[in-house]
Amino acid sequence: MDLTTTYMGMTLKNPVVASASPLSESLDNIRKMEDAGAAAVVMYSLFEEQITLESNLLDHYLSYGTESFAEALTYFPNMATYKVGPEEYLNQIRRAKAAVGIPIIGSLNGVSTGGWIRYARKIEEAGADALELNIYYIPSDVKTTSVEVEEMHLEVVRDIKASISIPVAVKLSPFFSATANMAYRLAGAGANALVLFNRFYQPDFDLEKLEVVPFLVLSNSSELRLPLRWAAILYGRVQADLAITSGVHTYEDVLKCMMAGAKVLMMASELLRNGIHRIDQILEDMTWWMEEHEYESVTQMQGSMSQKHVAEPAAFERANYMKILQSWRSDPTGQLIK
Amino acid sequence: MSRSQVMIDGNEAAAYIAHKTNEVIAIYPITPSSPMGEFADEWSAHGGKNIWGTVPLVIEMQSEGGAAGAVHGALQTGSLTTTFTASQGLLLMIPNMYKIAGELTSTVFHIAARTVATHALSIYGDHSDVMAARTTGWAMLFSNSVQEVMDFALIAQASTLAARVPFLHAFDGFRTSHEVMKIEKLSDADIQAMIDEELVRAHRQRALSPDRPFIRGTAQNPDVFFQGREAANSYYLAAPEIVQKTMDKCAGLVGRQYHLFDYVGAPDAERVIVMMGSGSEVAEETVDYLAKRGEKVGVLKVRLYRPFSIGHFLAALPKTVKVIATLDRTKEPGAVGEPLYQDVVTTIGEGFANGTTPLAVFPKIIGGRYGLSSKEFTPSMAKAVFDEMAKPQPKNHFTVGIVDDVTHTSLDCNPDFDTEANDVVRAVFDGLGADGTVGANKNSIKIIGEETPNYAQGFFFYDSKKSGTVTISHLRFGPRSIRSTYQIQQANFVGVHQFGFLERYDVLGAAQKGATFLLNSPYGPAEVWDHLPRPVQEQIIAKKLKFYVIDAYTVARNTGMGVRINTIMQTCFFAISGILPRDEAIAQIKYAIRKTYGKRGEAVVQKNFAAVDETLAHLHEVKVPSQATSTIGLPLVVPAEAPEFVQNVTAKIIAGKGDLLPVSALPVDGTYPSGTTQWEKRNIAQEIPVWDPNICIQCGKCVLVCPHAVIRAKVYDEGASAGAPATFKSTAARWKELSSLKYALQVAAEDCTGCALCVEVCPVKDKTQVGRKAINMAPQLPLREQERVNWNFFLGLPEVSRTDSLKFNNVKNIQLLRPLFEFSGACAGCGETPYLKLLSQLFGERALIANATGCTSIYGGNLPTTPWAFNQDGRGPAWSNSLFEDNAEFGLGMRLTVDKQGQYARELVRRLRDTIGAELADALLAANQSDEAGIIAQRQRVAELRARLANGGDPAARDLWALAEMLVNKSVWIVGGDGWAYDIGYGGLDHVLASGRNVNVLVLDTEVYSNTGGQSSKATPLGAVAKFAAGGKPTAKKDLGMMAMNYGNVYVAAVAMGASDAHTVRAFLEAEAYDGPSLLIAYSHCINHGIDMTKGMQQQRLAVESGYWPLYRYNPALRAEGKNPLQLDSKAPAVPLRDYAYNETRYRMLEQSDPETAARLLAEAQEAVNARWHKYEQLAKIES
Repeated sequence: MDLTTTYMGMTLKNPVVASASPLSESLDNIRKMEDAGAAAVVMYSLFEEQITLESNLLDHYLSYGTESFAEALTYFPNMATYKVGPEEYLNQIRRAKAAVGIPIIGSLNGVSTGGWIRYARKIEEAGADALELNIYYIPSDVKTTSVEVEEMHLEVVRDIKASISIPVAVKLSPFFSATANMAYRLAGAGANALVLFNRFYQPDFDLEKLEVVPFLVLSNSSELRLPLRWAAILYGRVQADLAITSGVHTYEDVLKCMMAGAKVLMMASELLRNGIHRIDQILEDMTWWMEEHEYESVTQMQGSMSQKHVAEPAAFERANYMKILQSWRSDPTGQLIK
Repeated sequence: MSRSQVMIDGNEAAAYIAHKTNEVIAIYPITPSSPMGEFADEWSAHGGKNIWGTVPLVIEMQSEGGAAGAVHGALQTGSLTTTFTASQGLLLMIPNMYKIAGELTSTVFHIAARTVATHALSIYGDHSDVMAARTTGWAMLFSNSVQEVMDFALIAQASTLAARVPFLHAFDGFRTSHEVMKIEKLSDADIQAMIDEELVRAHRQRALSPDRPFIRGTAQNPDVFFQGREAANSYYLAAPEIVQKTMDKCAGLVGRQYHLFDYVGAPDAERVIVMMGSGSEVAEETVDYLAKRGEKVGVLKVRLYRPFSIGHFLAALPKTVKVIATLDRTKEPGAVGEPLYQDVVTTIGEGFANGTTPLAVFPKIIGGRYGLSSKEFTPSMAKAVFDEMAKPQPKNHFTVGIVDDVTHTSLDCNPDFDTEANDVVRAVFDGLGADGTVGANKNSIKIIGEETPNYAQGFFFYDSKKSGTVTISHLRFGPRSIRSTYQIQQANFVGVHQFGFLERYDVLGAAQKGATFLLNSPYGPAEVWDHLPRPVQEQIIAKKLKFYVIDAYTVARNTGMGVRINTIMQTCFFAISGILPRDEAIAQIKYAIRKTYGKRGEAVVQKNFAAVDETLAHLHEVKVPSQATSTIGLPLVVPAEAPEFVQNVTAKIIAGKGDLLPVSALPVDGTYPSGTTQWEKRNIAQEIPVWDPNICIQCGKCVLVCPHAVIRAKVYDEGASAGAPATFKSTAARWKELSSLKYALQVAAEDCTGCALCVEVCPVKDKTQVGRKAINMAPQLPLREQERVNWNFFLGLPEVSRTDSLKFNNVKNIQLLRPLFEFSGACAGCGETPYLKLLSQLFGERALIANATGCTSIYGGNLPTTPWAFNQDGRGPAWSNSLFEDNAEFGLGMRLTVDKQGQYARELVRRLRDTIGAELADALLAANQSDEAGIIAQRQRVAELRARLANGGDPAARDLWALAEMLVNKSVWIVGGDGWAYDIGYGGLDHVLASGRNVNVLVLDTEVYSNTGGQSSKATPLGAVAKFAAGGKPTAKKDLGMMAMNYGNVYVAAVAMGASDAHTVRAFLEAEAYDGPSLLIAYSHCINHGIDMTKGMQQQRLAVESGYWPLYRYNPALRAEGKNPLQLDSKAPAVPLRDYAYNETRYRMLEQSDPETAARLLAEAQEAVNARWHKYEQLAKIES
């Protein structure tokens, strides 16, 4: 069975990529991912905000109260170095590149143009095969317009593309007024791939403490629907490869991603919950299914159920919504909606 | 040979040579010498090697006595060994110093000379410590400047190896130890050239060794001791010449020629000052000035004070001298004269007596004292001495630098006498500690000193508060080496970095005519004039100042700098002063920023760069009007109702005019009035807490945790609130017993530091907006006036009666007790002071407090104002500080007085039963004083007793009258930090706990030597970084509580107010009630932990929840009830240690600098936590 695919110009042995997650903080895990069959690894994200915050906090606490009182002009010894910059991250990329043969994709989560470019270059220099930009931006300012938000995204991509030569993927939010147009423009700005989509961790409330608390939930297969739809819609319409992340847990999910038009799919929650070896199982099951259904290759099915290629293109649009609602009404068990 | 020019201070210069020329370094922190140990420890931690290519072994000891002992042992076994110390630390080394000298052992101790505590402690500099060591048989070499510190450290090291006499190398504390100067750094080759390898081997050969055994340290009898003592004479006789030869060798290498006595001045001088230390440089500057003007004056600088070489001294003096004035930076009350005076008189006398003097006539010799506790010594003072010498009958045993209007020892000085050349840039900057002024200025002089041909000098003055600290930086740059070792008096640049200072200090007093004045102002160039106080306007006009403003806080805010305006003001200084071309200056500032902050990450560098780039657009010159127009005057320093002493003395110290106070203004024995912080309204908080009575549940937690006692609560009859100001807030009291009363919570807005601990602990959340609490922070300035009025009204409301039905055994009720520890100078958000305040509320009216030296003694007892207060009846804690090492014993002594005099008073009551009246006598003897009501009743009986004895009577009656107060129970408290309790004072503490006496020991455990800047103690936890433990402390914290519990009869409790305030209160009450020794170990979060200080109480909670700090009480009294004395009061560890520890910089910085070690130590620390918990759990389960 030919499982090979291409992603941003890289030929991958199969479409299963390990998504950015804390698993890649360990070199052992990266080795296990390769052994389990992962075609590439997206490293955990380098958060520019976090580097900035750690740097500022260290500076604050090392400075706080100093040069004020004659007997205690400082409060801490002077250390030779502090590893507050991206060095640890870059070292991990270097180590990963040395340890495995599969492509290593750096992941950068940034906030400022300066930061994006500076760290993108460093990631490239560290040997990453590609870079995934994780544009995690919550437009909470009521005065910021959609045009400004969109332009900010495009500017980041243009700037990064102008400053590095490895391929660049953009992991984007599903919350755009004109998602298809945005995807189209991002590709136009130079994005080599679009990763669908960023999962925003939503805060929760603690009713006893009356506090807003961070809340992390691993994904499940039902979350696949959203990127699946958009991959299907965008397939063949944008000049960028598509990757699906969020909600990929089973071999069926993988097959669906391919059929929607993704070049690769990325998994994190499933690996975190059930272990890295799941990649191996999924690939095996997928191969079995493809053999059963007499497919010859992954490329054969890629985009086969995209909006362009299905019999009822409207199924991905409003008509599809109407149909589900109607079927629910006619199905008192609610089985159709899970 | 090329050598680098560096900008360093005296401590670094001494430590550099010490580290290069030794194998073992034993250290212990004491101001101002601590940085020498810190440098040595850091260099060794980073792999810095000595000239033999090996990393010196640095060890922290438990005291200076311990350090000296370790040094002695290392020396005796052949190591090249050194230590650093000052003041009391040197005194603790004296016993070993006699031994080291008696055994003719080569070593150098480097001393940042500091005042020895007498009527008061002082951290500042004079020679009283080194003079106390002059009988030990050590050679004593004095450095006068930072360059000399480096040179003499090496000369001392080379000399001691040759002479075998140990050397004490001294330089002036703060003035030289902390002065940053441009000096030439000696290279390894220089050092190697100076150190004779044969002598090093000889030193090692003299060592104790089982391979060639001998005995040293014998005990001797009258038959031979004397002769043995004289046997070393030849070494002392040879030492001066050895030192001179070493100085000559040094001169051959580096070109700086020193002599045992260096004379400077007119060759035919008739008046010569003899002195040593940094003041000699001032004398030289003055001599230069006067000699150029034809005066026959000179100064003889004493370098080698011991062994004192009469021959070299006489040879160095000009033969023409007619009058000699010796200047001693020390005082020996009762002596014929101070040490140098006596030596000089003897020397001159001997010279004439034995006919060896080259002098033409026997000169008049007068001696004087100057510069005690870093009192300034200026050219005008030096000139006053020369002027005095010119008089026919010059004053002997004089003082200079003060006004002695009691015994009239002082010389008059002309403050306008100025010797500084016009081509020296003299800049003074007034800032706050928090705004980074000093750090920026240190960078500025580094830039100028290292990047331009200029010589540069920086000296920094700090006030004695730990919050809202004012700093004054004195920077000099010029084409010649700078000898001006005094604060700038005529500045040509004055930078005022805080607008508020204009009202509080005479900031332009030091500005000379035509100087530049840079002001950080929220008002622009067009508006600022109208906001200046009139005296400031008048000075600007009269002195024709060039006036610039910048709104530095806005620039800082816009560029992410927060309140750090350092680089902004630094950029302004360079832009205005023109010391460097603007572009070059900015490039150098940025270079310095990267050098200083680069390690902390690019973000920090970039925001500083942004601040520099933004600055110039906001810097404006102000057009100065020709007339002063302001109606803004200067506020009173203290309120008009303050007591006379506060008005006459304290207020002057607060205003920075303490130098002008005459001797007659000061108490003769160090006794000062209590409770003076109430008069010093510092107004340092940007924001203060504001109470919302509508949602407050009156729990008292905010009152309890407030470190500065600025939040108070009262309950009172509604009638008492007549005349309340319109904005005064109150509500119905939420007590069952007091439901008819009103409750008011009031904030002392002008005393608050804005720490916000109160807001963090408030358990109430507004149901309509959960971000609001029952107490919330709001800007102080708009509230200041109204809250000042409200506070004064609140103070007038009646205090709660201790005889009320309320039991003061819980937080809610204790909030109503007046704190007798208020408005201290502790850090904002201090974790120690809430415990002290609680102590003062519960027991303050009858407390005697012995306080170990440390943070508690500084914020508890440093002038100008002190926080231990008294109540409406005039009762309050009696507080004193003896030393660092002896505090337990000091407190025990207090107990012994209480016990003995109490016993004697009871004996007298029995003896005088008939005179007093049987009923009163019996009641006095049988009084139950176990609660507040009982104590108050006994006080009333004592008052009655004294009334009955008032008419005199026999000696016994008079004795009883005098001792009657001892019939009321006293509460003796021994307070200190972990440096005292775990380390230097542990021996005494152990003995006092073992004594069985009824004392209460409160250990405020910050887990480091907080007051001296965070050196590791035995309380420092495993895995935390501290000074002297830069690689993370590799050993576990000493379990002081467990050690005390082993006695079986000591009450022991570990408390953490932030984890359980109820537990803390209970432990305090039980400890005090226990009739025997009690030990309370209180977790105290601290600025040294590197935490968000507003979250200090949350860290305390996490410390307990993680099991790191289990709460327990060990009450021996329970044994009588058949119970296990140990009660474990917190739950099993429920939070990983990491979740507690990694909120703190002291742990995180190890993770950020050495993650592998951090991970290993954290794992070990977690294991230690688990094991300790398990042990305590088992012990608490044992059936009695």
